Amino acid sequence: MTTRDGGGKGASILDAPEVDALHLDERPDGPGAAAMTAAGIGIFVTGLFTVLSEASVPIHDWLGSLEFGRGVGPLAGKTILGTLSFFASWLVLGMAWRTKELDLRRWFWIALALGVVGAVLMIPPVFQAFATE
Amino acid sequence: MFDLSDRQFWTVVHGLVLGTVFLLLFGGGLAGLWSLRPGFLTTAGVQERTRRLRIGMWAMAATAWATVITGTWIVYPWYREALAVQGDDDYAGCAGVVLPTGTCSPRDFLKSNVSGDTESWHNFGMEFKEHIAWAAPFLATAVAFIVAYYGARLIKRPWLRAATIVMFVGAFAAAAIGGFFGAFLNKIAPIV
Repeated sequence: MTTRDGGGKGASILDAPEVDALHLDERPDGPGAAAMTAAGIGIFVTGLFTVLSEASVPIHDWLGSLEFGRGVGPLAGKTILGTLSFFASWLVLGMAWRTKELDLRRWFWIALALGVVGAVLMIPPVFQAFATE
Repeated sequence: MFDLSDRQFWTVVHGLVLGTVFLLLFGGGLAGLWSLRPGFLTTAGVQERTRRLRIGMWAMAATAWATVITGTWIVYPWYREALAVQGDDDYAGCAGVVLPTGTCSPRDFLKSNVSGDTESWHNFGMEFKEHIAWAAPFLATAVAFIVAYYGARLIKRPWLRAATIVMFVGAFAAAAIGGFFGAFLNKIAPIV
């Protein structure tokens, strides 16, 4: 098995005759990097608003006002904003990177860092530490 | 025969049907992604495997969205109703009960500690579950797109395949946390 550089910085392409036989066109790294970065952003924004909801009464009340009378409370606003940031960032990055070869490893680590920080911010003892009385 | 209340029906749809389907599909999806390696499959096998993975990954993404939407917008409001408050006592309606009732919602019941030391099931379990579960649809949708867009090319791109597997496992972990706490919460303080 041999490898060669390609598919963007930091990514190697392996030889695979069984795939070559399918005569597939090459695809750039950009769309993949956009998808993984958007997922990281969505998780981070949800975690960020989880903390802000605890830290600020006005933000807590505003997030709760996005429940459309369903009784969901501030969770409605946190998840709506997280979802919007996921799709909006994916749309923007996807358009900007649709033909680009990027450093896939770099964007994966950035996405992973965003996701991990967002997840940590959703752990109750963490976000409850920011609670206002 | 086989009567279910409206609330029981949606709790079953959210947790037992959608949540379980997502978690069960994970094993097949992980095995499929793992086997996308040079030399593991024939050309015909690559075509069949990638077609099955595309369908499976989009099914998982759709299931993850349906799970969190039904959980947050249908089931969760029943869980968090403030039914027990009377005057200055937030949990007066829970006095003497052993399970949630029409005057004591599951959250009231857990926070009141009327049936043991149950407050942490809400303060940690539910608070963690209701947030972290939303990571699952974000990650599962990104994975579904990457599998659909790159398809068999993932075999030649080990780094992208590895990144996809990490996101896929992350989606499972988020859903598993939600499922774990959901199962216990529904046992200790069922929605009635």
